[in-house]
Amino acid sequence: MRYAEMGYHLEVDLATGNIEKVETDPQLTELYLGGLATGVKQHWDRVPPEVEPFDDENILIFNTGLFCGTPAFGANRTAISFISPQTELLGFTMMGGFWAPELKHAGYDKIIFSNKSPELVYLWVKDDKVEIRDARHLKGKGSLEVQDLIRDELNEPNAQVAAIGVAGENRCFTASIEQGRSSASRLGGGAIMGDKKIKAVAVRGTRDVHLADGARFFELLQEVKEYINWRNDNPVPGVMTILAGLGSPQEMLHTDEKWHTESFAWGNARQRRKGFWNEDIEKSWTSTQLSTIKRLISCYNCPQRCAGLIDAPDVPRYMMKCFSKLTYGMAAYVDNLDFGFRIVQKAQEYGVDGFSTPQILAFAIELKENGILTDKDFEGCPPDEDKEGRFMWLLDRLAHREGIGDILADGTYWAAKRIGNGAEEYAHNVIKKHEQMPIKLGMLDPIYYLMYSTGEKINITQIEGNWPQAAFPKMEQREAFVEDWPQLPDEKFKKWLLEWEPRGEKSIPHFPTPPMCSEIVDWIEMLHVTDDALGLCAGLASFCLKPPYHINNYPQLISAATGMDVDRDELKRKVNRGRNLHRALNNRRGMSRKDEKPPENHWRKRFPELEEELLTTYYTYKGWNYDGIPTRARLEELDLGYVADDLERRGILKNGQSQEDNKNDQG
Amino acid sequence: MAKVKKIIKTIKVDADQCNGCRGCEVACSAFHAEPKFSSVNPARARIRVLTHRLKDIWLPVFAGEYTPTECAGRDVYTIDGKEYDECAFCRSACPSRDMFKEPDTGLPLRCDMCEGEDEPWCVKWCLTDVLVYEEREEWVEEDKEEVKQEQLDVGLESLADKYGLDQLKDAMVRLTSKEE
Repeated sequence: MRYAEMGYHLEVDLATGNIEKVETDPQLTELYLGGLATGVKQHWDRVPPEVEPFDDENILIFNTGLFCGTPAFGANRTAISFISPQTELLGFTMMGGFWAPELKHAGYDKIIFSNKSPELVYLWVKDDKVEIRDARHLKGKGSLEVQDLIRDELNEPNAQVAAIGVAGENRCFTASIEQGRSSASRLGGGAIMGDKKIKAVAVRGTRDVHLADGARFFELLQEVKEYINWRNDNPVPGVMTILAGLGSPQEMLHTDEKWHTESFAWGNARQRRKGFWNEDIEKSWTSTQLSTIKRLISCYNCPQRCAGLIDAPDVPRYMMKCFSKLTYGMAAYVDNLDFGFRIVQKAQEYGVDGFSTPQILAFAIELKENGILTDKDFEGCPPDEDKEGRFMWLLDRLAHREGIGDILADGTYWAAKRIGNGAEEYAHNVIKKHEQMPIKLGMLDPIYYLMYSTGEKINITQIEGNWPQAAFPKMEQREAFVEDWPQLPDEKFKKWLLEWEPRGEKSIPHFPTPPMCSEIVDWIEMLHVTDDALGLCAGLASFCLKPPYHINNYPQLISAATGMDVDRDELKRKVNRGRNLHRALNNRRGMSRKDEKPPENHWRKRFPELEEELLTTYYTYKGWNYDGIPTRARLEELDLGYVADDLERRGILKNGQSQEDNKNDQG
Repeated sequence: MAKVKKIIKTIKVDADQCNGCRGCEVACSAFHAEPKFSSVNPARARIRVLTHRLKDIWLPVFAGEYTPTECAGRDVYTIDGKEYDECAFCRSACPSRDMFKEPDTGLPLRCDMCEGEDEPWCVKWCLTDVLVYEEREEWVEEDKEEVKQEQLDVGLESLADKYGLDQLKDAMVRLTSKEE
C-alpha cells in the first residue's frame, strides 16, 4: 500500500500516442517527498543540458504534491515543470484550484509528457481510462471557455481542466496554463504546452487516497484548523493589511490600495506615484470593486477565499486573484480600476501571465516614446491619449504574435535583443531574463537581496514569507511579535528581530548581518521547497507571517500521512536534497554567480562589497562554492554523489574544489 | 394514535456563504472510510457541492433516500437570476444520474449524520459556517402509517398492466415461497 501518494506516473508520448501507467520507486518519496522535487529528479535524469526549450526532448511534467488529495488544508497545488523558453533554465510554475487532487484521485502523482503531437490534442484522464483526443476544433478558443467546452463534450461536469489559450498555442514566452480560478503563469509553461500541441489536460478521479495514520493526521489537522480560525480573527498587528492575514494577498477582499498604488512602480516599473490614493480615487475604486466582485471563492479544501468571481461590465464572467487587478492598470497609467477588471478577462482567455505581460506592453510603449519603436510598428494602434485602447491593442498583437507582437511575445529581455538600437536599456526589470515585480526602492535590503538573487523560482513572491518585511519601529511591537512565534526553527531568530531597528547601526543594509541573513533566507527557502514538494499552498505556509503550517509541524504531518519516520533534521535533509539537485540542474545549464543579480535599479542605494559578501556568505552556508555550485562534499552528504560526478565530468565543478575556495576566490 | 417525542437532526445550509472548497466532501469521505479516516475520496462523499462557478452556483446537497425509479422532474427553476435543474436540489440517488453512488459498486450512499459523533464531520470541517448542525424535538406518530388498500391496488394494477397478470402472479408465488 502506498500512502498519500498513488505510486504511479502517467507517461504520455505525444509523438507515438503511447500512454503508459508506470509504477514509481517508493524510495524516491523517501529521498525527495514528491511534487516539484521528484519532478526535478525526472528532469535531471532524462533531459540533458543541451536540450533547448522547444526541442522534442524537453519533457513537460504536471507534478502533484505529496499531500494533494489528502485532507490537509490547502494541499491543492500542481507544479508544472519544463525547461523555460524565457530563462532557458528549469522553469516551474504553480497553480492551486482543483486539478491536483483530482489527478491523485484518478490514480496518478504526475503526468509526464514527452515529444510533440502532430496535431492539436487534449488529454482526457478518467481513472484507468486515458485518451489523447483531437482538439483541432478547439484551436483558438479561450483558456476559460475551452474548459467548459471540454466538460460539455465529455459530458463530465466534474472534470477539472487545465488549458491554454491563444497565447500558449502561439508559444508566447509568457503564456499561462489556466484552470478555473487558478493560473500557472510564470516562465512560459503555456508556451511549452502549445509547442507540444496540448490544448488541455482534463481529469476526473474517483479513487481513494490512503493515509498511513489517518486518525492522527486528522488530529493534527484539527490543530491546524483551530489555528487558522484563530489567525483569521487575529491578524498580525503592526504590519500592512495585506501582510497581516493568511492566504494569498487578499486583493479581492480589501479595497484599500494605497500601499500598492503608491509603493509599487507604474509604467514599465518606473515611477512611484506618492499621493495617488486620494479621496476621489478611494471612493471610485471601492465602489468599482464592490460592484464587480460577486463572491469570494476558494481552492480545493481551503478555508481562505483568495479569489473573486468577477462580473465586470461588458465582459464575460471570470475568476481573479491576487494583484492582477492592478498590474495592467498601473503599467498602462490608467487611473480607473474598472480597466483592470476588463483587460484581465481578455488576458486570461488568451492565457498570459499577469505580471510579465503588463510590463512587456509598458516596455513597448516606452520604446515608442523614445523613438526605438516607430509609428510603423504601431500601425492601427489607437492614439496615445487612449491609454486603455493602446494596451488592449498591444495585448491582442502579443497573444496572436502579430506584427510587433511577435517580438514582444518573447518577453522584454529577448524582445530587446531582437529590437536592438538601445532597447536593452528598457528591459531593466529582469532577473535571469524574467520580468520581476514592479518595485523600486531606496535602501538595499540584504534579505531580499539574497532571495531575489538565489531563488530558483526566479520570482520574489514565491520566495519571501515568514520573516517580517521591515523592522518594527517600537520595542513593544517587537516583543509582542516574538512572544508568540512557534513557527521558528531556532530561538535565536527572536533575538535578531528584537535587535533589528528601522534606522541606525542595526538596520538594513548591515543588519541582519550576512550570517544572520543566510540563516533567515535558508529557513524561508526551506519552507517554500517543502510546500512545493507537498503541494501545500504557500498562503497557508511559507508565504505568510506566522502561518498554520511550519517547520515544527510538517514532520509530524508527513509522518502521519506517509508512515515514514520523519523528524525535523530528516525533513531538512530531504528538502535540501531536492533543492540542491534543482540548483545543480540549473548549474548544468550554465547558471552561476554571474546570473544571481537583482535589477540594477531595484534599490537606489547599493553596496557592491556588502552584496558580494552576502552572496559568498550565503553560498558558503548552503555548501556551495564561490560560483554558487554545490560542492562535492555537500552533494555527497545528500546522497547526490552521482550529481557531483556529472558536474565534474562537464567541468562545472572542479575536482577537489571545496568551501575553502570561497575565501580564496573572494580574495 | 399515540405521539412520541423524537429528536430530528438537521443541517442548515447557508449557500450564500459557500466558497466552493469541498472540504465537506473530504471530511465526509474520510469519516466513512473503513477504518475511519484511513482514506479520502470525495466521490464517496454523502455531501456534494454542486458548482457552476461562473454562474455563481455553489450548493451543498446531502444524500437522501435511494429511489429505484426515475422521476419526471425535468423543470428548470430560476432563483435570483440563476438557473437550476430540478435535479440540482434533489438528495436522492436515482437511476438517472451518478450522484451519491459508490464509485466501485454503484450502490447508493446516504447521509447518516455521522451517527455517534457530536456533530457531522462536514459541519466540523466547514470553516466558513455554511453548514450548521441543528437538533430539534418533534412530536411524531408512534406507529407506522397503515398501508392504504387503495394505494396498494393502484400499485398492483400498474404492475399488472406493465408485466401482465400472469407474470405478476408468478412473482407473487415466488415471493411467498421465499417468505416461508
